[in-house]
Amino acid sequence: MLGEGILKGMAETAKNFFLSYVSKERLTTVEYPDERIPTVESARVFPFLVYDGTDWEAGLRCVACQICEKECPPKCIFIEKSKDKKPDYAGKQQFYPARFDIDISVCMSCQICVEVCPFEAIKMDTEFELATDDRFGGLLYDRKQLARSNQYYHSIHPSEASKVDARLGEEKAKVEAKAKSAAESAAQKAAAPAPPAPTAGGGS
Amino acid sequence: MATSPLFTNLDQIFMILRDWLAGFMPAAFRPAAGVVLAVIAIVCVFPGLFALTTVFERKGLGRIQNRLGPNRVGPYGLFQPIADGIKSLTKEDIVPFSANTVVHFLAPLSLVVAVFMEFAVLPMGRNMVLVDLNAGLLYFFSMSASTELSVFMAGWSSRNKYSLLGAMRAVAQMISYEVVLLLSSVSVVMIAGSLSLPKIVEAQNSYTGIFPHWYIFTPWGLAGFVMYAIAATAETNRSPFDLPEGESELVAGYHTEYSGFKFALFFLGEYLAMFAISGLGTTLFLGGWSAPLSFLTFIPSWIWFFSKVMLSIFVFIWMRGTLPRLRQDQLMNFAWKFVLPFTLLNLIVTALWRFMGEGWLRWVVCTAILVVAYVLMGRVEMRSEHFGPRRYRYAE
Amino acid sequence: MTPVFYVLAALTLAGGLATVLLKHLVHCALATTVAFAGLALLYLQLDAQFAGFAQILVYIGAVAILIVFAILLTRGAELPKDGVFSRTWFVGLVIAAGVFAVLGWAVLESVRAVPQQMAVPAVTVREIGIALVGRYVLPLEIVALLLTAATIGAVIVAMHEKERPKP
Repeated sequence: MLGEGILKGMAETAKNFFLSYVSKERLTTVEYPDERIPTVESARVFPFLVYDGTDWEAGLRCVACQICEKECPPKCIFIEKSKDKKPDYAGKQQFYPARFDIDISVCMSCQICVEVCPFEAIKMDTEFELATDDRFGGLLYDRKQLARSNQYYHSIHPSEASKVDARLGEEKAKVEAKAKSAAESAAQKAAAPAPPAPTAGGGS
Repeated sequence: MATSPLFTNLDQIFMILRDWLAGFMPAAFRPAAGVVLAVIAIVCVFPGLFALTTVFERKGLGRIQNRLGPNRVGPYGLFQPIADGIKSLTKEDIVPFSANTVVHFLAPLSLVVAVFMEFAVLPMGRNMVLVDLNAGLLYFFSMSASTELSVFMAGWSSRNKYSLLGAMRAVAQMISYEVVLLLSSVSVVMIAGSLSLPKIVEAQNSYTGIFPHWYIFTPWGLAGFVMYAIAATAETNRSPFDLPEGESELVAGYHTEYSGFKFALFFLGEYLAMFAISGLGTTLFLGGWSAPLSFLTFIPSWIWFFSKVMLSIFVFIWMRGTLPRLRQDQLMNFAWKFVLPFTLLNLIVTALWRFMGEGWLRWVVCTAILVVAYVLMGRVEMRSEHFGPRRYRYAE
Repeated sequence: MTPVFYVLAALTLAGGLATVLLKHLVHCALATTVAFAGLALLYLQLDAQFAGFAQILVYIGAVAILIVFAILLTRGAELPKDGVFSRTWFVGLVIAAGVFAVLGWAVLESVRAVPQQMAVPAVTVREIGIALVGRYVLPLEIVALLLTAATIGAVIVAMHEKERPKP
């Protein structure tokens, strides 16, 4: 009633004023674009396609199963399957996408495509400064623009990427073990009368 | 040291400059040339201060709110007013189709003219008043009253119910607090014995020991200054009294329909009114151009005046950043039920002070009366209302 | 009768004429304000500082605002259907001419009654103040009483709705 509330309030704002010059945690303004907040690991913006190794065409993990195309809510993915097959990470012959377009002006970053992909081929990127002045195709990304290496995936989502690599390594080990046992049994069958056949090595 | 020629020259440097420049004219035109030069100086200095104040306000408010103010244009954002000025000048001037064009055009003009006229009587330094009027204080308040009419003209001519509402509220608020402003100044006039502002400053220009005789250091002066500050904030429609131009309530109140340069004129008028009323407050209560301690009189008098004005502006900005907006009925309640009775009591206390003679007794008596009255009035008048069943009153 | 006087007189007359000739009521109120301003400037031209500034403060700062508030709150701003000039304008003109003749005769008589050589007294605010509480204290107190009565009346008129019995 006697105005002490006003004085306390003014003391508080004066403290704000003077301390904002001195203490760093008080002034939380990030002067974008000179300064940027580091992104957290679970950040997600738009999808990208992972490839193993250095050749993006040969190492692309996507097998054009088109599950993500069907599950995408705004239907921003367009996939065309190839006619021929190429070997994947475990050596098996798989289809590959001849066209893989994502329209990122439509994509709503829901991550459903990532959740349903059985081949760990599509993951979420954290790059958001994607504005362009090309009105007609600037935000329509094709296969080449979407492909990023596994090292890049490790750099943006390290723990996720390690888990994915562990799982893929296990799968590959199982496939190789199966192939080895199949080769050994085949070799045993042909061991008695014939010289040993060359082992069928799994391509990597 | 205060009387050495260097310091006297520094103190009077603007007068010397003016006389030297006017000396180029033939003798018959010299007084007129002197007046014109002084007017040009006022018209250049105060809008320049206005430009600085806009950027200081934005940066000050930013720091109070724990964020940076504008800092892109120029070093530390200090050239922001230039960017704002260019923006205001190049915006399209939109006048509503059904607006009253003549009145719509004249409203910002009359506001700015009335506010500029207020600066004519402020003593900005020793011998630095444009016109030494016998009734200087009355002149100031009459110019301040003319601004209310232009606020109304702006709101009415826009043909917009929100503007009209904002203008009505603004005028009601300005009239109520005008009474408070006048009455708190009357106590100063009582003690100083004159309505002429340079004489009021002269009356405060003496020192006991090292402490000055400013009126704010007396009990009635402190109470008067607080009332004056409250009324000044309300007169210029500043937070917490800025409901008429509240950005979240009334779009922009009476200057909703103004764009481009006319809006810049309203903005200029509001800030210049703030400067003028702070200038009057420093003249009446803070000793005008006199130095705070007797050994600091070597610093030129105009530096003291402008520092005190900028300090008042800083306090305005500080209050804006701190206090929430008052609702219209709370505002009027506060004016008529608390501030005005207290101002009348302050008049009586000032009279007691004047006629009690020198000594410690008058200090004790006056302080006691004011403090007791403040506590009592605070408890009685401003108690929070208890909510009862709602009664509706319909317009008859 | 200096040139300044003629200019100010023309301003006041223009304001007055505009008040009665303009169609929109708020324009008329603003023209009245111009007439008030002209009058205040005439006082200032005669060196009556207190009267001039008090005229601006009271008339322009309060009375003009009162007039526009009254116009707006009572829906008087709508234009009357059959024009603003009444049918009995000739009688009005005669009466106005009569009043003007009486006032003009009074002014000219007073000019003749006061000798020309008398120096114009410099009336400062101090002398007005001393006169108000010395010689004219009774009118001051009566005016104060009148104003108090007017204020109390205004409060009562605005408050009468509270005395209705609660439903």
